[in-house]
Amino acid sequence: MTRVVQDAPIPTIPFNARISRWFGRNVLRIYMIFGFTYLFIPVAYTFVFSFNDAGKSNLIWQSFTFRNWQNPCGAPEVCNALGNSIKIGFLATTIATILGTMIAFAIGRYQFKGRSSSNLLIFLPMATPEIVLGASLLSLFLLFKINPGFWPTVIAHVMFCISFVVVTVKARIASLDPKLEQAAMDLYANEFETFRRVTLPLVAPGIASAALLAFSLSFDDFIITNFNSGTLITFPKFVYVSAARGIPAQANVIGSSMFFLALTIVVVGQLVKGRKAR
Amino acid sequence: MKISKAQVPYLLLFPGFAFLFTFFVLPIINLAQTSTQTPISGGDTGQYTQTFAFSNYIHAFTDNKDQFLRSFVYATLATILALAISYPLAYAIAFKSGKFKNILLVLVVAPFFTSFLLRTVAWKQILGEEGFVVPILRSLHIIGQQTTLTSTAFAVVTGMTYNFLPFMTLPLYASLERIDPRTIEASGDLYANGLTTFRRVTLPLSVPGVVAGTLLTFIPAAGDYVNASILGSPSTKMIGNVIESRYFKIVDYPTAAALSFTLMVAILILVTLYIRKAGTEELV
Repeated sequence: MTRVVQDAPIPTIPFNARISRWFGRNVLRIYMIFGFTYLFIPVAYTFVFSFNDAGKSNLIWQSFTFRNWQNPCGAPEVCNALGNSIKIGFLATTIATILGTMIAFAIGRYQFKGRSSSNLLIFLPMATPEIVLGASLLSLFLLFKINPGFWPTVIAHVMFCISFVVVTVKARIASLDPKLEQAAMDLYANEFETFRRVTLPLVAPGIASAALLAFSLSFDDFIITNFNSGTLITFPKFVYVSAARGIPAQANVIGSSMFFLALTIVVVGQLVKGRKAR
Repeated sequence: MKISKAQVPYLLLFPGFAFLFTFFVLPIINLAQTSTQTPISGGDTGQYTQTFAFSNYIHAFTDNKDQFLRSFVYATLATILALAISYPLAYAIAFKSGKFKNILLVLVVAPFFTSFLLRTVAWKQILGEEGFVVPILRSLHIIGQQTTLTSTAFAVVTGMTYNFLPFMTLPLYASLERIDPRTIEASGDLYANGLTTFRRVTLPLSVPGVVAGTLLTFIPAAGDYVNASILGSPSTKMIGNVIESRYFKIVDYPTAAALSFTLMVAILILVTLYIRKAGTEELV
């Protein structure tokens, strides 16, 4: 017997149905394009206006120039403000990372009395609006006749960064495989050696991302800083003060550079992580 | 002296907690004290004495109830908008981006590395007369020829939505990414279509991310005054603007303290109720 193989008739799908099917399949993709466009519009604006030859007020496009990039400190005070922000950021990050990592180890690794209230004390600063943190700390400084300025700002930044460090490092500690430490102990490493050669290297990426987070929170903070810095100018304060009459293009140069710098750090971090994983 | 094992956690906690106690707990207690003080008669501006004047709270609230209400309305709107924008984005990155996952995740956070203030100023330009949004909306007759977007509630909410977006996207992504793909497969095997799977499996499993994200967006939004002062007008003033001006311009510490304390307590109550309702206790 021979079987006749018949071509199945090609089903014809109406045009409208095809469109709606294509749309159904790609709706998330289309959404992503819109979403990312939305996310990057302000960044693009900041970047484009860093090339604006506008003099002091940078609100309206005049003409293209490289001058702002060649001379980022050209506007008065801008680099002084940037320097202050970097100094405060480094100090606050270092202190907050050390204190926060210690707390994260205590909460993440030990069962002890008062553990849940410790968690609460870590959660509260994150659940308190910045303006309340800033205003209450200023009241305390005024009460003790401490003038707002550089060190009060550092203290304020450490205070609100600690919680974020704890949460980040704690998450990393929680994700560790306890078998690795047991293996080290089985190989006759004592507790300190186990910590130094196994636990700490494994937690290190968590500590690094906590430090990055702390630095970016500190560098970008305006509200708490505004309350506790007195006459000291930081970069966000500089932008806020000059926002009314238009910020100089040099601020856009610095903002764009921060963007590219942070992007580079994160991408390099991802590459290192990817290489290690392989 | 040998340290016993039971002491280790306390020793680790001590420096950080001493710091938080001095610079977070004490200031809040001091804030509560300041809030019931009244001016010294015949004293200079900025000199106050404790008189347990709880009426400060009544005055502070009745004088500023519009700003309070506005703060909560704007913050709620910004939170809902941020959730609507972030959820599909986080979903797409978690489930549909394949090998581009890490790159897209970096790209979602990247815009927020430019300064918060610069981003807000950029929105002022985008929504301003010289920006591209106003001409487009005018030519499409969505807004009238005379209507402007800057110095409006619309601009303030837009700025807030944008500025606090990563606080929404990251927790959402974290909770979506953690979902075991097998639960989604299982749902498909049980003949659920895509929508049902999403509604009955994915969405409920992502609730912790939604709760964390909405809180992390709502709290800073409710206390914010930067967006309102750069993008808004006197008629869009929020409670943050009032506290700021009470502190710096009027030097009325008790009222500022009473307002701050009220804001903090209101937010804590809302947060507690919300966490109870949403049924996730493991936020931190």
